[in-house]
Amino acid sequence: MKAGSYLLQGNEACAEGAIRAGCKFYAGYPISPSSEIMERIANRFPECKGAFIQMEDEIASISAVIGASWTGAKAMTATSGPGLSLMLENIGYAIMTETPCVIVDVQRAGPSTGQATKPSQGDVMQIRWGASGDYQIIALCPWSVQEMYDLTIESFNLSEQFRVPVFLLCDEAVGHLREKCVIKDDIEIINRKKAKGKPPFGQDGDDLIPPMPSFGEGERLLVTGSTHNEWGFRKTSDPDVQMRLVKRLSDKILLNQDKIIRTENYLLDDAEIGIIAYGITARASLKAVKILREKGIKAGLLRLKTLWPFPEKVIGELSAMVKKLIVPEMNLGQIVREIERVSKCDVVRLSKVNGEVITPSEIVEELLLAKYYS
Amino acid sequence: MAKLKDLIQKEPIMEGGHRMCLGCGAPIIVNLILRTSDAPVVLANATGCLEVASTIFPFTAWRAPWIHSAFENAAATASGIETMYRALRKKGKINKKINFVAFGGDGGTYDIGFQSLSGALERGHRFLYVCYDNGAYMNTGVQRSSSTPFGASTTTSPAGVVIQGKLQKRKDLTKIVVAHNIPYVAQASPHNWLDLTKKAEKAFSVDGPSFINVVSPCPPGWKSEAKDTIGLSKIAVDTCFWPLYEVENGKYTINYKPKEKLPIDAWLKPQGRFRHLFKPENAELLKQIQQDIDKEWEALQRLASL
Repeated sequence: MKAGSYLLQGNEACAEGAIRAGCKFYAGYPISPSSEIMERIANRFPECKGAFIQMEDEIASISAVIGASWTGAKAMTATSGPGLSLMLENIGYAIMTETPCVIVDVQRAGPSTGQATKPSQGDVMQIRWGASGDYQIIALCPWSVQEMYDLTIESFNLSEQFRVPVFLLCDEAVGHLREKCVIKDDIEIINRKKAKGKPPFGQDGDDLIPPMPSFGEGERLLVTGSTHNEWGFRKTSDPDVQMRLVKRLSDKILLNQDKIIRTENYLLDDAEIGIIAYGITARASLKAVKILREKGIKAGLLRLKTLWPFPEKVIGELSAMVKKLIVPEMNLGQIVREIERVSKCDVVRLSKVNGEVITPSEIVEELLLAKYYS
Repeated sequence: MAKLKDLIQKEPIMEGGHRMCLGCGAPIIVNLILRTSDAPVVLANATGCLEVASTIFPFTAWRAPWIHSAFENAAATASGIETMYRALRKKGKINKKINFVAFGGDGGTYDIGFQSLSGALERGHRFLYVCYDNGAYMNTGVQRSSSTPFGASTTTSPAGVVIQGKLQKRKDLTKIVVAHNIPYVAQASPHNWLDLTKKAEKAFSVDGPSFINVVSPCPPGWKSEAKDTIGLSKIAVDTCFWPLYEVENGKYTINYKPKEKLPIDAWLKPQGRFRHLFKPENAELLKQIQQDIDKEWEALQRLASL
C-alpha cells in the first residue's frame, strides 16, 4: 500500500504491517476472530511476491512458519487462544531453536473454544508459560488499528533482532476495530544477523544472539529442539551445555530488556492513582483518567505496549510514586499478579471475563464507589 | 429396511428450529441418518456450523447426549466414550445397544481432525463417523479446506488476477478411509434419502468403525440459491463429481450410475464460487476439471468391477 491514511480493520492493518516489515511467508489455519489476517494475506501476497499456505491445523501452521524462517523468510502466523494451545509444542521448539517468527494471537474469551467472537485478555499467561521449560519471549500489545500496523512491524524487527518468537497479543475488539491507520514509507526494518562459518547457536562474542544461516546457503545446518551445543549438535546429557543454552535463551531477552520494553505514560507526573493497562483496556483507562481528572482526582495511566518481558522496573518506580494502582484486565487477574509482585503500594484488581470490554465508567466507578480513593 | 413413512414418524434426534442456514445440507443429512438408528445414540460433534448453529442459547436441537470437544477431536472423544461403553457392558452395568455417532464438517474431518479420525478407525471402535462435506470452512467465513474443489474461490484461495481459485485438487478422503480396512465406508448425498438411510442402517449394523461422507451444499459458501440445495446435490451425483458408492469389507459397489452423465458445467455454473471459471481465458481449467472427474469415475468403476 502507498503511504497515506486509510480506514482499516485492525486485522487488516496487521497484515499490512507484516507486508511492510518484509514478511514473505504466512502459514495459518482459520479461527475467529483472527481469520481476516490470513484472508488479507491470501489476497495481497500474490502481488507482494509472498508465499501463503493454508495448513491443516495450527501445529502444522507454526511448523511451516519455522521451516520457512529457516529457509530465510520473515514468517508469520495468526490465531486465537484455542489455536495457540495447539501450537504450543512447536512454539517451544521455535524458542529452543531461536527461530525468528511472529505469532499473532487475537484473543477471544476462553477457556477452550469459549466465546469465539468476543474479546478477552486471557492468553497473557498462555503465551508466557504455555510451552515446557524455562524461557523468555517477547509480547507486544496494540491498543489501536494504528498499532496493529506499527507493532506488527516492531514484532518482526524484535523477532529478527533477538531470534525469538514474538507475540502480537491483541484481542477481538482491536482486531475487528475499524479506524484510521497511517501507512508509512519511512520505517526502520531490522533483518537477522548473518555471518558465514560462525556457530548458529552460541554466543557471538559479547552478543548473546548468534547469527542465523538459512537452508540453501551452503552451511551444514543442524537444527534441533533437543539440547544442543553452539553448532547444533545434540548434547542431551551434558549439564553445562543445557545450563549454558537455557540461560542464554533467557539472558538474551532479559539483559536487553531496556531495548525491548516500551511503555507510555499519561498524566502520571502528579498522579496519586495509577492505572496500569494494556491493549483495548488501556483505551478505556485513558478515558477513565480524563473523567477522574475532571472530578479533581489525580489519576494517570501507564500503558504497557510490551507485556513480556515484563516491565517491572517502570512499574516498581511508579508504585513508589502513587498511593494506589488499579489494574483493569479482561481476565480473572493475570498481569496484576506480576504487578503485585513488584509493587510497593496497594494494587487493586478490576477483572472482567464476560466477553465484553471494560468501559471507562466501570473503571471510574470501581475507584469511586469502592472508596479506593477518598 | 425402513420406510419413509416410518422414518418420518420417529421422533427426531436433531430437532427442528435450529439455526442452520436456509438451504443447508447438514441438518437434512444428520436427521436422516439419526432416524435410522436402531438404538439410542450418543453424539460427538467437531467444531463447525452444525455444532454452533444447533446449540444457540437457550436452545439445543439435540434430543440425545451430545459432546463438543474442540475442532480436531470428535473421533478421539468418541473413542473414549465407546471404549468405556464396552468396559461397562463387560461389567454388566450397561446391557443395551448404544450407537455412537461423530459428526464433522470437511474442515474437522479432512484437515484438523484427520489424525484423530485415522487413529479411531485403526483402533476399530464401533462408531459411525459422518462427514457433512460442504467443501470449505463455512463457519469461519469460507476459507479453503482440503476438500474444496479445484478452482473454487474462497477467502483464502480468492480468484483474482494472479490465481483462479483453489490451485489444488480435493483430497479423496473416502478412499483414504477405505484404506483403513474398516467394515463399512460410503459416499452419499442428501437428495437420495433412500440410498442415504440404507447406508446409515448398514453402518449402524456393523461391528466396528463405519464412515459416511455426504456432500452438503452450502448456499453462503457455494454462492448458490437455498432452493437449489437438493437439486445441486443431485447434480453433484449426476455429473459424477460425487458418485454414490459403498465399500463393504473392501468390496466396492456403485449404488447409482447416471443414465446420462452430465457435464460438470451443470454443477459448477449455478455456484458463484466457480463463476470466474466461465471466463473465456479459463476454458482450459474447465476442461481439466472435466478430465479429472472422468478419470476418477473410470477408476471407481474399475474398483467396483473387481
